Amino acid sequence: MALQLEKVTKKFGKFTAVDHLSLAIPEGEIFGFLGANGAGKTTTFRMILGLLDPTEGRITLDGKRVDYSTSPIIGYLPEERGLYPKLKVKDQIVYLARLRGMKKQDALKELDYWLERFKVPEYLDKKVEELSKGNQQKIQFLAAVIHRPKLLILDEPFSGLDPVNVELLKKAVLDLKEAGTTIVFSSHRMEHVEEMCEHLCIMQNGKPVVHGSLKDIKRSFGKKNLVIHADFDLRFLQEYRGVTKSKQTPEGIHLQITGEEIAGNILQDIVGKGFIRKFVLEEPSLNDIFIEKAGASYE
Amino acid sequence: MNNFFIILFHTYLSKLKTKSFLVTTILTAVILITLTNIPRIIEFFERDGDVEKVAVIDTSGQLFQPLEEQVKITDQDFELILVSESIKAVENKVEEGEYTGVLQLTMTSEQLPAANYKSMSMADSVVVTELQTALQQIKTVMASSQLNLTQEQLAQLYEPVPFERLALEEDAKTEEELNQARGLVYVLLFIIYFAVIMYASMIATEVATEKSSRVMEILISSVSPVKQMFAKIIGVGLLSLTQLAVFLIVGYISVKQNLDSMEGGFFDFFGFGNVPVATIVYGVTFFILGYFLYATLAAFLGSLVSRIEDVQQMITPMTLLVVAGFMIAMVGLSQPEAGFITVTSFIPFFTPMIMFLRVGMLNIPLWEISLSIAILVGTITILAIFGGRVYRGGVLMYGKSNSFKDIKKALQLTKK
Repeated sequence: MALQLEKVTKKFGKFTAVDHLSLAIPEGEIFGFLGANGAGKTTTFRMILGLLDPTEGRITLDGKRVDYSTSPIIGYLPEERGLYPKLKVKDQIVYLARLRGMKKQDALKELDYWLERFKVPEYLDKKVEELSKGNQQKIQFLAAVIHRPKLLILDEPFSGLDPVNVELLKKAVLDLKEAGTTIVFSSHRMEHVEEMCEHLCIMQNGKPVVHGSLKDIKRSFGKKNLVIHADFDLRFLQEYRGVTKSKQTPEGIHLQITGEEIAGNILQDIVGKGFIRKFVLEEPSLNDIFIEKAGASYE
Repeated sequence: MNNFFIILFHTYLSKLKTKSFLVTTILTAVILITLTNIPRIIEFFERDGDVEKVAVIDTSGQLFQPLEEQVKITDQDFELILVSESIKAVENKVEEGEYTGVLQLTMTSEQLPAANYKSMSMADSVVVTELQTALQQIKTVMASSQLNLTQEQLAQLYEPVPFERLALEEDAKTEEELNQARGLVYVLLFIIYFAVIMYASMIATEVATEKSSRVMEILISSVSPVKQMFAKIIGVGLLSLTQLAVFLIVGYISVKQNLDSMEGGFFDFFGFGNVPVATIVYGVTFFILGYFLYATLAAFLGSLVSRIEDVQQMITPMTLLVVAGFMIAMVGLSQPEAGFITVTSFIPFFTPMIMFLRVGMLNIPLWEISLSIAILVGTITILAIFGGRVYRGGVLMYGKSNSFKDIKKALQLTKK
């Protein structure tokens, strides 16, 4: 199911939370939706879910406007835990699944499958408040996918999980994608985004500042990372032409440079000054891009 | 099944199964049974206890007999025992606790009875009063026979004045009926008062719990907030009706069972003998309407807080309204026709209690009842529409929000 946002704007009084946001997410894709805190992510999610009406623009699923009739095909995992603490896992999931249009019997069957898959079948009759934070997150994920939604919104799905469980959930997300689910994925963990999303967008002050495929974004970012480990003093490189950022490490220096040719120039200048143990030119990480693009507002 | 009913029954069933609900219901039912059985319980203890003994020293020699007969007619709570010992000896026995007191009977120079009663304390006034009344009667008989009055003359003397009270209003309740109505109205008012406070705050807490646990975001992404709010209100409403039904049935059965054996006294006072059906019907009607009014108010107030701890603070103004209504109703019990009662019975927030009080105790023209119900229903509708809008935005607001300014903010959120 393809999700389309056309010039969506949301204003709260004078404050503009989302400003002319246009996105097109094709069916069966994981789309990374990033942004610093307060960039308008949650507001956008709430509009996609139909909780808030956009001030302008429209949001459609396969051409159909989102409203409560589309809710059975949407799954939502909110950033913070959204479960009844005093309710048993079984009652809770069945209740939420029925609200998404599922039959009780089907919900129980799916629940068994997922608990088994997440290796926690014993939680069926446990209250949510008795579970650890990471296990609550598994239940939360389960609540979002039990009705096999066509569009899944995951807001920080891996928070509070240990690496083993992160892999478990990541696998589940990728399987859902294979099955044709369109997934909007939001996270502050850039390595997860890099690993899972083909396309992404970075929001800042309600506007997308970066938008496109991961590869294009990295390429068009222009800047590259240069790591040099050497025996002699490299501090003079901090002032070098074409170096935008630098960070000293015990073994050498990390530089951000504006292009490959700068790396060539640097290499020529340092050859002969001493022993060079390492000289690596790297693609920028998404983390760098994020800090550069979304961090601008903090400076 | 429709989402509305899924939420409704989920709310109803999950609340029904909670320990706190079961405990309050059972406890109140036990209290009800105890209350309705009070005469039986009192009787049980009295039968078991020692009968109080009063020693009588009759110096006249002719007063004990009629006094004992007189006392037997009225009460059997104490026994009179004729003693011939000296007053000192009997006084000692009183101190030892063998007798409650000692009564000395003498004849005055006019050949009329006089008495002197000594006991350990002045506290036991029941015995004294009864002895006094009995002696008074004996004195009257003796005095009239001294005057040589005939039986007819005597009868004439004591015949009560024919005094008839008639209310000009048709079907007006007699004093006796009014007393009966008062008891029933009092009990039902109490139920309305408690139920409204309890269930309204239950709703507010429930909403705040869903909000603070963020399950609300998931819920309202499946169901519209307004639908969810009303499903919740009706679900809890059903719960309250269930509880009310349990109380009414338990109370009814318990009273009916006791009624045959316990004529008079307690039950007559509360007017349970012949419960007017209309009063119960109005009671239930105003109960439901009052519930909806306050539940809607509570739901939208609850939607404004983000933490459960803030709920009580938020709904305090609402609780005070209920308390005020109840206070006015309590005053109104003794003067249901007072002007301020009439006026307040049309103020929607007080109507459920005060109009019910008037309906239960007076004969109110139907148009007044209809008008007050119409105002009440109108207010509920307005509150529901307004509350629904606040609720829609309120459930999405987080952070420090405990003030009424947030209503404006919540309304703004729901705008396009």
